[in-house]
This record gives sequence, structure tokens and C-alpha cells, in this order.
Amino acid sequence: MAMNTSLLNGRLRMVLGFVVSLVVTIFGLLLVTFIIGRVVPIDPILSIVGERATQAQIEAARVALGLDKPLWQQFFIYVFNAFQGDLGMSIRTGEPVIDAVTRHFPATLELATIATILGVIAGVPAGVLAATRPGSMADHVVRLVGLMGYSMPVFWLGLIGLLVFYGQLGWVGGPGRLDAMYDMMYDFEVPQRTGMILLDTAFAGRWDMFANAISHIILPAGLLGYVSMAYISRMTRSFMMNELGQEYITTARVKGMPERRVIWVHAMRNVLVPLITVVALSYAYLLEGSVLTETIFAWPGLGSYITDALMVADMPAVLGGTVVVGVAFVALNMVSDLLYRLVDPRAR
Amino acid sequence: MTLLSVKDLRVTFDTEAGVVEAVRGVSFSLGRERLGIVGESGSGKTMTGRSVLRLIRPPGRIDAAEMVFDGQDLMKASEREMRALRGQRIAMVMQDPKYSLNPVMQVGAQLMEGLRQRDRLGGAEAKKKAIAALEAVQIRDPERVMAAYPHELSGGMGQRVMIAMMLIPNPDLLIADEPTSALDVTVQAEVLSILDGLVRDRGMGLIFISHDLRLVARFCDRVLVMYKGKIVEELAARDLLAAKHPYTQGLLNCLPRIGGDRGPLPGLDRTADWARA
Repeated sequence: MAMNTSLLNGRLRMVLGFVVSLVVTIFGLLLVTFIIGRVVPIDPILSIVGERATQAQIEAARVALGLDKPLWQQFFIYVFNAFQGDLGMSIRTGEPVIDAVTRHFPATLELATIATILGVIAGVPAGVLAATRPGSMADHVVRLVGLMGYSMPVFWLGLIGLLVFYGQLGWVGGPGRLDAMYDMMYDFEVPQRTGMILLDTAFAGRWDMFANAISHIILPAGLLGYVSMAYISRMTRSFMMNELGQEYITTARVKGMPERRVIWVHAMRNVLVPLITVVALSYAYLLEGSVLTETIFAWPGLGSYITDALMVADMPAVLGGTVVVGVAFVALNMVSDLLYRLVDPRAR
Repeated sequence: MTLLSVKDLRVTFDTEAGVVEAVRGVSFSLGRERLGIVGESGSGKTMTGRSVLRLIRPPGRIDAAEMVFDGQDLMKASEREMRALRGQRIAMVMQDPKYSLNPVMQVGAQLMEGLRQRDRLGGAEAKKKAIAALEAVQIRDPERVMAAYPHELSGGMGQRVMIAMMLIPNPDLLIADEPTSALDVTVQAEVLSILDGLVRDRGMGLIFISHDLRLVARFCDRVLVMYKGKIVEELAARDLLAAKHPYTQGLLNCLPRIGGDRGPLPGLDRTADWARA
């Protein structure tokens, strides 16, 4: 009985710790974006009222934006609004930033998720293959392919990919998330529950549209998946080699376990512990950093939204997008933390 | 009856710095008896033990004129045949349970693995056998230990789990590689006596690898003394004090004796002819 209550306390403390660290991290994130918003040499009022505004108009805009209040008050208003989902108005379009972000984020999430899945499916077996036959042909191939993924610029690969697979061979859909025809149909005929086209069309049973979306996402996702695979396969290789040198592996072999089981059950369970962190980092990297890919493939994701906003100095949009990416990053880290505890009993 | 016969066993490692010979022509045979192998670190005793299971990792290589276990040529056996021998007929207990048990698997799962994967036993039956094995190594609350993870066990408990796991299939030969060196002195005796009792009761052959001469002498019938990959002396355990080889004598002299003189213990003289071969 005593053990049960202490266990419960442990769980409770863990959950509490999680919540506290979440709140603190997001608060810190907001503080940083707030400060960036104040120190950049962009006058938010000027971009609203224009150059020919009278002093009275400028003053009115200042009051309307709350810029007449002391800085700390402004910050708390900002935080208060942010926690309610209000990230301000876009200067460029006049629409709430949160609306634009919720429209763009699913596209990025969809792309990054498919890419990560591809990266894991290809990268983990490749890394294991290389680790179990060090110095072999397979090892060299995996390492070379990984090195190429590391070092080749994504935009170049993307352009070549479009040229070859879309332009020449016609195997895949071109830029954008759907063909123009389907794009309209998606807007009017498919209930947009998630904003992720693959999921929405699948829920609606529109498999023609689903197939079209696949043909569009496969090239950019394959490309990002390749980059992520390069990283994941390298890390898997080194983690696996490390585990295969451990004594418990000898134990499993002494017990007469087949090599398949030694690698995929005994070693893999231990490899998973650090690998979870690697996959989460690579996923997070794709969520925040696929700007070039989104630009080349005309992918209406968060990366291209933030870049476009930056070009016209639309700071609320830039910072709002940044906050959302940051929150996604934090959430992802928490998930990986939880999974980590799940696979490693020593971390519980 | 000979259980294991080894002739001219060699273990070599092709490293970038050249070829290293860890075992250089070791021959011995073993019945259902208890054979001790002693020697300092790097003498090749562990490699000798692992060669019998053919578990030397590349770039290590095993060569032998003969290595026969119960009529089966281990040098010619396929990997599949070796797997059938491992665990089932030849088992091994390693030095430190902290490293030799899988840290992320429950003890129970590791204990039952052989029964479930190889013998295809159902969960309940495997569990019954695993619990019986834990009771055989004098673990009092086997149910709790089964659900524990290795890091939750003490060293002595861990090693008893290891012994239980290796003895479940009732092997004919057990290789114990420094089974008590990582344990507290107080626990050592306990684990040893458990191991001793089980080996005796089940009449299995034992290769007991250790750097502790006294321990080996007390525990085994026969002792091989290894130095630099070779057997320098073979003798009955009770004759240990009458050892002729200067290395063995040197090792014995290094040990403190109750009632002996309290001056500094002598070191090994490695300049003598025997040490240069």
C-alpha cells in the first residue's frame, strides 16, 4: 500500500513537473518574441498609417495598438492574448495571425510528418544494416548515401527532382498540394477537419483526391525524408554499433537467440532510447526549417508564410508564426520525453 | 568420459596495428568435472571460454586443431548448430550482471526468453519454470524479481538471476567467467555456494575462469594456469601449493596470508626466461 501511494506521488510529481516546465518554456518563448518585436527597426505604426499620416492619426494608432502603455504592461497584454489564441493582426492582410497560421500549419505538419515517417522507415534499417556489417559494401553505400543527404543543398535537389520526375517523366504531381482542379474541389466539397489534405480526403472517402495529394506530396516529402534519413541512419548506425558491443548482447547470444532477435529485440530496444530524441529533433527541424522546400514546391506551409511576411516586414505575422513553431517544438520535445520514459525504465 | 576436448586453440585479432594473438595454442580436455582457469588480465582466459561458444566478435578469429563437444566438432558446426548448443547445452555466466542483463527488459522476460522463443512454451508454463529457477538460486520473492528491471536489483541478486537464467535449460557445460569478481566480498561466498551446489547436483561440467588462485583451488578439481595466451601449468587443485612453474609460484606469493609476515608483498618477476616466450 505504501508503495502504491509513493508511486502515485511520483506520477503526480512527474505530471506537475511537465506542466510547470511547459508553462515556463512557453512564457520564455513569448518573452523572446516580444523583445524581438520591440527591438527590430520596424515601426509598426508607420506600416499601418502610411508615411503621410498626421500626428493625430499616429497618436490614435499608437493608442489603438496599446503602444502608449508601459513596456511591461504591453508584455502582459501580449502574453494574456497569446494564451487566448490571439497573436495580433497581420499588417499585410489585416486578418488575425492565428487564422492564417492555423491555415498554413497543417500543410507543414503534413509534409514534415510524411517526411519523418519516410526518414525513419528508410533510415533505421539502413543504419542497422550498416552497423551489423561494418566495413562491408552495404556499410559504405549507406554512409555515402547519408553523406550526400547531409551535404547536397535541398533547393538544388528539389529543382532537379521537379525537372526529372515532374517535368520529364511526369511521374509525380507538380508544385502545390493538389492539381488546380482538385484544389477548388477540396475547398468546396471536402469538410476540412484537420487541414491536412491526406487525412481530410481519406475521412471523406475521396480517394481520387487522396491519390492526387499523394502524387504532389511524394516529391517534397521524399526529399525532406532523404535529408532526415541521412541523419537518422548515421545515428542509428552509431547507436547500434555501441549496443552490439555490450555484454547483454553476448548474454542473448549465449542463450542461443537468433541474430535477428539479438539485433531487433535486444539491441533495438536500447537503441530506441537515444533514437527517440534524434527522430524528435529531426521532426522538429522539418517543422521549422523547410522554408526552401516549401518555396520551391509552392507549398503553402508555415515556413513560406513566415518568409513572405518577413519580406514585407509584417512583424505580427512573423512573430505569431514563430510562436506557433516554438509551441510545436516544445510539444514535440515533451512527447519525446514521455516516450523516452516509456522505453527506458531507468528514466522513470 | 570426455565432454569437451580442445587442441591447439588459437584466437587472433587482425587489428590495424598488426596481428594480436590472445590465445596461443591452448589444449585441454574436460569431463563432468570442475576445471579452473586462472591467470592475470590479458592472459587469454576469457577468450578461451568464449571460443568454446564460438562467440568471439570479428575481427577476432578462432583456429583450433580440434574442438569437440560431446562428439560434435565445434569448428565445423554451422551457425545454426552452434545456436542449438548455446544456452541449451553450453551456457555462460559473465562477470557483471549490471552489463550482462539487458537494462530495458524485465527480468522475467529475460528469464523466460529461451523457454518461450526456443522451447515454444506458453506464458504460464514458462513463468512457472522461471520462478522455480529463481527459487533454486535462493531468491525469496521471485514474483517481485520477475517484474523488476535489472537496475533495480543488487549485484548479488543480479548474478543469481544470471545463474538461474543460464541453468534453466539444464546445460551439460557451464562456463563461469569471473562470476563473483564484480560482487561485494560478503556476497561472493553466497553466490559461489549457490553455484557450487547447482553444478554438483546436476552433475554438469564447469569451466571456472578467475584471477583468484585460492578461490579456484577451493572450488575446482583441476586448475589450468594461463599466461600470455598459453597454459603454463596444469595441476590438481589440491596440489596447488606444490606448483612448479615460477609464474604460479609468483602468483601464490603475491597473496597475503593470515599470520604471514606484514612486509610488502613480492611482485612478479617478469624478467625471467619463462616470461619472455
